[in-house]
Parts: sequence; structure tokens; C-alpha cells
Amino acid sequence: MIVPLEHVILLSLALFSIGVFGVLFRRNAITIFMSIELMLNAVNLALVGFSRYYDSVDGQVFVFLVMTLAAAEVAVGLAIIIALYRNRQTVNIDEINLLKN
Amino acid sequence: MPLSLLFYFAALIAVGSAILVVLNRNAVYSAIFLVLCFFSLAMIYLLLEAYFLAVLEIFIYAGAIMVLFLFVVMLLNLGREKALPHFMKFQRALSLMLVILFFFGVSLIMVVGSGELHQPTIKFSSGSVYALGEALFTKFLLPFEVASLLLLVALIGTVYLAKRKI
Amino acid sequence: MDLSQYFTSSDIAGITPEIILTLTALVVLTLEMARVFRPGIILLVAASGLVLAGTALVQGGNDDKILFGGMLYLNTFSMFFDFLYLFVGLLTLIFSQGYLEKMGSETRGEYPALILFAVIGMMLMTRANDLVMVFLGLELLSLSLYVLVGFLRHNLLSNESGLKYLLLGAFATGFFLFGAALTFGATGTTNFSGIASAIAAGTVLSEIYLYLGIGFLLIGFAFKVALAPFHMWSPDVYQGAPTTVTGFLCTAPKAAGFGAMLKVFMIAFPEAFPEWQDIFWVLAVLTMTVGNISALVQSNVKRMLAFSSVSHAGYLVMGILVKDIAGVSAVLFYLIVYSAMNLGAFAIISLAEKDEQSLTFKQFRGLASQNPLLSGALAIFMVSLAGFPPTAGFIAKYGLFSAAIAKGYIWLVVIAVLNTVVSFYYYFRIIVNMYMRDEKVGLQPSTGLLTAGILALLIAIVFILGITPGYLLEITVDVATAVS
Repeated sequence: MIVPLEHVILLSLALFSIGVFGVLFRRNAITIFMSIELMLNAVNLALVGFSRYYDSVDGQVFVFLVMTLAAAEVAVGLAIIIALYRNRQTVNIDEINLLKN
Repeated sequence: MPLSLLFYFAALIAVGSAILVVLNRNAVYSAIFLVLCFFSLAMIYLLLEAYFLAVLEIFIYAGAIMVLFLFVVMLLNLGREKALPHFMKFQRALSLMLVILFFFGVSLIMVVGSGELHQPTIKFSSGSVYALGEALFTKFLLPFEVASLLLLVALIGTVYLAKRKI
Repeated sequence: MDLSQYFTSSDIAGITPEIILTLTALVVLTLEMARVFRPGIILLVAASGLVLAGTALVQGGNDDKILFGGMLYLNTFSMFFDFLYLFVGLLTLIFSQGYLEKMGSETRGEYPALILFAVIGMMLMTRANDLVMVFLGLELLSLSLYVLVGFLRHNLLSNESGLKYLLLGAFATGFFLFGAALTFGATGTTNFSGIASAIAAGTVLSEIYLYLGIGFLLIGFAFKVALAPFHMWSPDVYQGAPTTVTGFLCTAPKAAGFGAMLKVFMIAFPEAFPEWQDIFWVLAVLTMTVGNISALVQSNVKRMLAFSSVSHAGYLVMGILVKDIAGVSAVLFYLIVYSAMNLGAFAIISLAEKDEQSLTFKQFRGLASQNPLLSGALAIFMVSLAGFPPTAGFIAKYGLFSAAIAKGYIWLVVIAVLNTVVSFYYYFRIIVNMYMRDEKVGLQPSTGLLTAGILALLIAIVFILGITPGYLLEITVDVATAVS
């Protein structure tokens, strides 16, 4: 391995944290979605690193499946956003607040 | 070691562009920076000898997913996000603080406790398309088939939700 | 290449129920595409698919089987849950009849198809013997639910709750996956027994990765089954979703989440468990208290039931904390009873609901004089949710509490009992509104014969399990023995 495993995992953790921050801090549904993509990419990076470390292909197959999920989730998510936008012209989650007691 | 320098260079770009994705107010710019992040991750995958995944990262993430994002952003004509109201400042500061705390806490635990990590000696060969394909159709046959169901559900859901007239 | 170590015909035979459900879903979608404009036919096909899958399950027998080289592990535990999902799915389909038109949307074949896919996902979750399979089952379930929650696509509330559910669900998936990745990193495998043996042998790469991995997995599960403080999404989602979907959402997927959690923590991490007991203790107390206190101040009935389901999840965590045979069997019993009560309650609410109005407590005023039978049924479900004898709710709570006392968690049980007392207020508020206040009613429920019959069946279950729980208790103890 060209770099120590911990460095790969630290990078993955950094990306994951940035993604978590994005989800908590952004108000725009689309940007929140991109932050979630960052989190999933961080997971992929960690899996590739571990897979390299163990010399096993299992982690890479896992990454393959995570990518499938990411694509599926994005498609459904953007479809919901389009349906919402059609009914109400906004994607800012602060303005989407009908569900209250 | 020039190759390891390349890793740190790519890592720097990945972190930098990820921060810009999160901080940018314009969704189009965020998407572009996300593509940059994906490219640097693909480079890291290459350095970690996951060749097929590096290609997939560009095909699926940078190619398919980001195009979908950009398409929706432009379809809905989303301009700049409106400036956040004043009281949001507190929330923003709080979430930043929490996440920094989270990151440093977790990395501290990892760094302090990583004494027993050691370097592998085996030559790595499982990044090839051949190895991945073989695993997908033998050991991971069932997950592979279930993934196709996942895509089917996404297909049905997307068409149902987004099509104007069904 | 010899493939028989990876899959044989007996592996394929083991997943017959999933195959049947998939084929049924495809047939349903084809019927929809062919414009067979009889919603009854589509529902009938979907329902018969569920029944057929149940028959295949019985045919398959209940001996332990490891399928696809360790991907799935079938035993009585998974079978118990399979039947629960099929039952809930079937009832949801029956209750949904005519609901979508009433809410101003057309009936579509996608609805039963997605419910079938959700059932497949849940089955895979509790049959899984590998983190990869848990992940895929969870996501198949979640993706179907995101669409189902947003199914009334011209209704803003439904869109909004679909979006919120999707964003928080995907966020939770991120945590779950990071946990799975770290667990893989620590042990070098994603197989439950592989993880357990690596931990037992002490060959983990680093304890830190392992503990962080378990922690992240726990956060992911906590989001999915709505444990406090990760429950914020549930009231909004439950309120905005079509009511029949809400009934489905708070029963079967919650059972699946708890089933998968039990399996992960009992099979994969048995050694690492003692250190996590305090966390489960805190989660249980926090979840039941937050759920109950928040339910007190709600004026919307669906939101109230959402918080009530959060508090019930808190009681269930007690069973995971106890973790012996008594605790697990109490959890299984509770899940059955809880599913019956909530399905019934939400079915009645969906009957009473009209287009474009929010269901507040006030609207239930005087319902008893107008429709005594339905009000009586709703009252029975509420009494059972509150945990009064002679209903099944009492036996279920009693089982959990006594299992916890036997393990010495006296304070936890004291807190749980206090919480139960608090919960009487909001469950009885709806009964008081129905019976004590005579006013012009806003709700005009109408019932079909089939729906009425199923409701009667659910009431019968609530009473029979409340008076003679012995038969089901024997089964749950058997199932719990199989997993511990």
C-alpha cells in the first residue's frame, strides 16, 4: 500500500464529516442530497482502503452495491423533488413546513 | 515517494472541493465541485489499485448522478439560495462546531488507538475487472440480484412520481 | 469452476417466497400497464401473491438453512418475521382498497407492487446473515417506502413527507454504511458468523474501528426504527403519508428493524455487547420518555400515534437490552400485538378520513353516537395500546417489564411504568372525545364488509392474546431459543 491505511480512513472520515455538516447546515434539498452523496463516497473510500488492506475483493463488491444504491436513491429523490416543486415552487426545506401540529 | 505524494495531493483536492460543495450557495457550483471531488476520489481509487471502481466512479457518479443533479437544478431553475435569516447563524455555528468536534473526537480515537496497525505484505491483485466480476457472480450472486430489484423499484418510483401524466 | 459451493438448486428453493413476490409484483405492474381498469383485480392478484408466498414458506419447513454461501440464514426466527410481514402486507392491501381515490388520487398498480417489494426487502433483512444483505434489504424496503409515503403525488403534504423521509433515510443509510465499512475493516469480513469468530479470536485489526463501526451501525438502526434522539422525522412522515401507508410504516418496517438489530447484535457482536448495555439503557429511557411527553401535546391524531409508536419502540429497546430468551420472546410477542393494534387503529382512521383535512382530536367528537361499532373498535385498540387488561397490550408490556426485572433493571422498569401511566392521558383523550362530547360530527366513516371483517379479526386477536396468550408465548419462546 502506498500510504498507511489510517491516512485513507482519516480522509474518508473527513469527507464523511463534511457530508454530515452539509446535511445539518444546508437548507436546500438538492445541496443536502449532494452532501449525502459525499457521505456515501466517504464510505466507498473506506471500503476500498480496507479491501486493499485485506487483499480481498469483498469490499469492492460492497462499493459496487453502494454505487447502485446511490444511483437509485438519487433518481427517486430527484423525482420527489420535481413532484414537490410542481406543487409548490420551492426546494428550501425551511419553506416546506406544512407538517406541523 | 512520488506516488504517495500523489495520494496526498488528490486527498487535498477531495477535501477542498468537498468543503466547497457544502459551503457554496449556488447549487450549480456545488454540483461542479462535487464532480471535482469524484475525480480526485477516482484518482485515489487508482492509487489503491481498485481500477474498475475508479472507472465506475467516473461513469456512475460523475457521469450519471451528477448529470441528473445538474439536469434537475437547471430544470427547476434554482438560482442562488436566499440569504439565511439572522437566527439561522446560531444554528449554523452550532452545527459546524458539532461536526468539528465529531471529526476530531473520532480521529483522535483512531490515531491514539491505531498502534497495532501494520502494513500488508501481500501483493494486491483483486482490483481487476476479472476478480470483481467473478465475485459478483459467485459469492455475491444474491446481493447482485437484489441490487437489480433495487433499481427496478427506483425505476417504478421515479416514473410514477415525476411523470406529469401517467 | 465449481459453483456448487456458492449456490445450488436448494438455495434457489430457499428464496421461493421472494421469487413468488417478485413475480407477483411484475404481474401487477403488467396488469397496470395493460390498463386493466379494475383496482379490485390488481389488489386480488397482489394479495394472492402474498398468500402464495406464505404457503411456500410453510412448504419450505422450519429447519435451519444457510443459503448462498452464508448470505442468508433461515431458521424459525426469520420465519416468524416472514409471516408477520406477509400478514401486515396483506392487511395493508385490504385496508387500502378505495383509500387512494378517496384522497383524490387514482388507484395505481404501483401501490401494491411497491408494498410487495417492501415485503421482500424486510424478509431479506431478517433472513440476512451478512451485513451486505441487511443493507440491501433495508434499502429495498426504504426505497419502496419513500415512494409510498409520497404516493399522493398531487398532495403537498404527501410530497413533503416523502422528501423529508428520503433525506433523513438516506442520511441514516450513510451512517449504517460507514458502520458496516468500519466493521468490515476491523474484522475483514461482513458475514455475521465471521465477524463473531474474528472478535472471539481477538483477530480484529483495531478495537477502535470495531467500536466505531458498532456505534455507527447502531445510529443507522436508531434512525430507521425512530429511537430518540433520532426520531425527528417520524411525526412529520407519519402525518403526511397516506394513512394506510402510515399504518404499514409503523408496524412491519419497525419489526424488521428490530429483527435485524437483534440478529446483528446477538449473532455478530455477542462479545462486544456488555460494553454497550449502558447505551441501550439510555436509548430506552430517552425514547419512551421523549415519545410520551411529545405525544401529550399533539392535537393531530396521526402525529399523536407517531409519537406513541416512538415510545413503544422505547419499550422494545428494553427487550434488546435484556437480551436473554425471556427478553427476546417478549420483544417478539410485543411486535405481534403492537402490529395488530396499530394496523387496526390506522385502518379506522383511514376510514374516517376525508380529502384535504387534518385529523384533529376535535373531529372525533360525537363519533360514537354516529358510528358506534367503529368507535368501539377504535376504543378497544386505544385501550390495548395503553396496556390495560384484559387486552393483549397488557400481556405484552407485562412480559417485557418482567423480563427486565428478572435481569435486575428495576429503575428502568419504574421509568417505563411511569411512562405507561403518562400515556393513558393521550390514548383516553381520543376515547373521551368520541364518547363524552356530543357535537355535530365532521367525520363520516364508511366501511366495506371485508374491512369490517378484518377489523373484527384484529379485535379478536387483541382479546384472545390478552386472555390466553399461552399459545403465542410458546412459539415466541421457541423462536427466541433458536436465535440465542
